[in-house]
Amino acid sequence: MITVLLFAQLQEEAGNGRLELELVDTTVKELKETLQREYNLTKMDQVMVAINEEYALPDDRVKDGDIVALIPPVSGG
Amino acid sequence: MTEELFQITDKPIQLEQLVAKVERPEAGAITTFIGTVREWTKGKRTIYLEYQAYKPMAVKMLATIGEEIEAKWPNTQVAITHRIGHLEISDIAVIIAVSSPHRKAAYQANEYAIERIKEIVPIWKKENWEDGETWIGDQLEQVSYPEGKPQIKE
Repeated sequence: MITVLLFAQLQEEAGNGRLELELVDTTVKELKETLQREYNLTKMDQVMVAINEEYALPDDRVKDGDIVALIPPVSGG
Repeated sequence: MTEELFQITDKPIQLEQLVAKVERPEAGAITTFIGTVREWTKGKRTIYLEYQAYKPMAVKMLATIGEEIEAKWPNTQVAITHRIGHLEISDIAVIIAVSSPHRKAAYQANEYAIERIKEIVPIWKKENWEDGETWIGDQLEQVSYPEGKPQIKE
């Protein structure tokens, strides 16, 4: 099982800030596509992904137990 | 140094506390940047802001900025606190304090820190305008959510 954290606009679109998914051995890119489809998330092309609090690349693999965060363009400061 | 240099808080930020974190005998300069909530942005009036953070990663990324600064300007000391939650106009959203032996590095490193915050730290600002609300997608307000303009509440 993996945990997916959503923030800002994505959290509102999904109606939830935290999802638990039974997915094994997927890539960041595949996970984004799955989430976009199942939760009708928008502007996913601008969204970065962090695995266990580190920015990840599209081909990085997501493993059982990982915490994956979807990070839309940031606007702190 | 017992106090954490990089923090995300839901409480008001105290300037003196940030300055105290970077004070040290070898410093000849301390610069501070205070980011506050602006009322007017390109003709649109903000009523209040909400900031959200992915807190543990945001703290890590602030610390990463500290490491980048240490590499670029050796012998600087950086402290950053960013506030989250509900902020009113003129409230302080972020304070950056940098100390260095000479002033130039303190000025440069401080500006570098705010630019990097706007690039890599997972914090999001929701503008609550007079006529709706928008999650801001980047700091130039070029990418905003969901349609580049306030969502009008019915």
